[in-house]
Amino acid sequence: MDSRVAARLPVWVLAVAAVTIVAAVLIILAIVGGRTLPERTGPPVEQLTVERTVLTPGIIELAVRNTGPDPVQVAQVFVNDAYVDLTGGDAPIGRLASATLRLSYPWQDGQPYLVSILTSTGAVIEHEIPAAVLTPQADGGFFALMALLGTYVGIVPVILGMALLPLLRRTSVRVVRVLLALTVGLLAFLALDAALEGFELADRSGGAFGGTALVVLGAGLAFLLLTAVDRYLRGRARSGVDGSAGPSGPRLALMIAIGIGLHNLGEGLAIGSAYAVGELALGAALVVGFALHNTSEGLAIVAPLTQRRPSLLALGGLGLVAGAPAILGAVIGAAVDNAALSALLLGVGVGAITQVIVQIAPNLRDEAGKLRNPATLGGIAAGVLIMYLTGLFVII
Amino acid sequence: MAAASRRAFLAGGASLLGGAGIALGADPMRTLANEHGSDHTPGSDTAHGGGVNGPTFRKGSTVDHRANGFHPGEILRDFDYGTTSTMPDGRVLREWDIFAGDREIEVTPGVRFPAWTFNARIPGPTLRCREGERLRVRFVNGSAHPHTMHFHGIHPADMDGVPGVGPGVIEPGANVTYEFDAEPFGLHLYHCHVGPLAEHIARGMYGTFIVDPPQDRPSADEMVMVMHGYNTTFDAEGNQLYAVNGIPFHYMHEPVRVRRGELVRIYLVNILEYDPINSFHIHGNFFDYYPTGTRLEPTEFTDTVIQAQGQRGICELRFPYLGQYMFHAHKTEFAELGWMGFFEVTE
Repeated sequence: MDSRVAARLPVWVLAVAAVTIVAAVLIILAIVGGRTLPERTGPPVEQLTVERTVLTPGIIELAVRNTGPDPVQVAQVFVNDAYVDLTGGDAPIGRLASATLRLSYPWQDGQPYLVSILTSTGAVIEHEIPAAVLTPQADGGFFALMALLGTYVGIVPVILGMALLPLLRRTSVRVVRVLLALTVGLLAFLALDAALEGFELADRSGGAFGGTALVVLGAGLAFLLLTAVDRYLRGRARSGVDGSAGPSGPRLALMIAIGIGLHNLGEGLAIGSAYAVGELALGAALVVGFALHNTSEGLAIVAPLTQRRPSLLALGGLGLVAGAPAILGAVIGAAVDNAALSALLLGVGVGAITQVIVQIAPNLRDEAGKLRNPATLGGIAAGVLIMYLTGLFVII
Repeated sequence: MAAASRRAFLAGGASLLGGAGIALGADPMRTLANEHGSDHTPGSDTAHGGGVNGPTFRKGSTVDHRANGFHPGEILRDFDYGTTSTMPDGRVLREWDIFAGDREIEVTPGVRFPAWTFNARIPGPTLRCREGERLRVRFVNGSAHPHTMHFHGIHPADMDGVPGVGPGVIEPGANVTYEFDAEPFGLHLYHCHVGPLAEHIARGMYGTFIVDPPQDRPSADEMVMVMHGYNTTFDAEGNQLYAVNGIPFHYMHEPVRVRRGELVRIYLVNILEYDPINSFHIHGNFFDYYPTGTRLEPTEFTDTVIQAQGQRGICELRFPYLGQYMFHAHKTEFAELGWMGFFEVTE
């Protein structure tokens, strides 16, 4: 097409023409291109990932997804070396499609089981149930328990940490700076911890939806979203009374609370899914461990507020923002227990925390504008160590 | 947060073979289980199997025997006597035509196994003759792979059907005639002996070779049971399926019918690959056992025998009562992976 003609045409015509050409070529490629290449020489690649295991008396139910390139036809299933009657999965399962297999098997409480799925080609896809436990029913009692767990491990410790605010108020600007450095250390540890757990979970998800890339995707999107939210809040603040350019106390506290909240969502997920498979040791150790670990999160939230006098209501709100997602996480973890979703949500937590660290960073500069002074670096190191040591008390 | 140590500990345990077995359902159990467990059982089939009723394939799923070209119910009492003629010296000359081939077999409902076969079936034909006869086996290799026929028995080295001796390996499209005397009488077997040996056997290249004694054994309802398996993953580590006469669990659905009081003679052969032993156990009865069938006196009166790879023996028994009697490997892992069936005793 002549460039002068193109210049005269409306933009939408050009857009339609371009999209049409791309679509046409893709269709031709799909129809003709495939035939010009030889078939794969090897056998079909059969891959199934068990996304969820539900155990009811006499029944093992597996939600499987085809995470490989080729369709998979489930022929028979054996559990601990005995063939079992099953329903579901009669038709071939296409790529990314899923099926639910209901196995009739008198499983015993607490015993390990190896489920072997025999496909039409004779391949065996194995799924391990480390310890069979009755899957909790999603009824009122279950939601109440998850809410209680989330409150214990999320809300209570965070608010406990925030109770240190009156003490912090008495301290100098220099101490506050060290406290913020400590917060950065805490958050950095949380981000790393969540990222590692996310990668581990993503490995289990079979990779159909991106595997470990899901963690990075979640982190990237959360980071961008929170940055945009921050810009918006900052823009509003500038047009109002607060004219300062740097992150102000309450806003920074809110951003930290959101970041920690998204992290606690991930923590709740881990608790919920551990509960669903009967691995969670409920009791004092769990509650005290999390209290020790998460109290420092409360400290992080109030660190930017030492120069302010926020209302109790505002503080309570911050505590809920940071702690309540643990409840949601626990519910999702126990009721859905999907590794890919959990990996994505853990990534979201990582992104949120990273964004908060970026926010806090300017406040770490001393009077000379330097970041790398011994007190700040010491604060960061102390934060990492506190999280590491208190993390040892957390058992999931 | 780290995974709990319990998870790691149990994971180790779960990978061990042969976890908790469940009780095999005898008749009273089945009745009980039907009362208690039916609501747990997908499918409404009343046949054995499912949940506490014992192992089974997916209820209602069946093998297409017609497409396979053979039926375990027919293999059971199918003795191939070949064709006979009289030689100038008066001896009987018995001849068979055997061909090797490659075939995809539905070894279990919905599972296709790329088998190598003798005469297009697993196990291969049960060749039967009498001691002292001259045997001539024309072997045509129609498979895409080299094969041989190696007979157990007493014969010259060049008729042994192993690589490098006599005719050696029979290449695809080639043929050979194995000729030797039928001795000693007893229950023997034949199989391909080309390397890798375990795979050539595991792919399906085996069959029963019966040499009758000069005087007939007492008249009986005779049947052959070849114990074998399928390593469908080809990992050479055990089998995913265990069977007698080709199809796992077949005689659960189509029991072996016998008459009350009639002498039943089972020619029992173990040609299972990748597992060192196999066994045979019968419910509600005992049998006389003749190891390798080379003596006419039983060595044991029992209800369970163990056979290593390549071992075989004759079981003789009479059923005094009517009803269904299970038989299976008392290596119960094999039983629950397909090696079990029923006798049905009628008047």
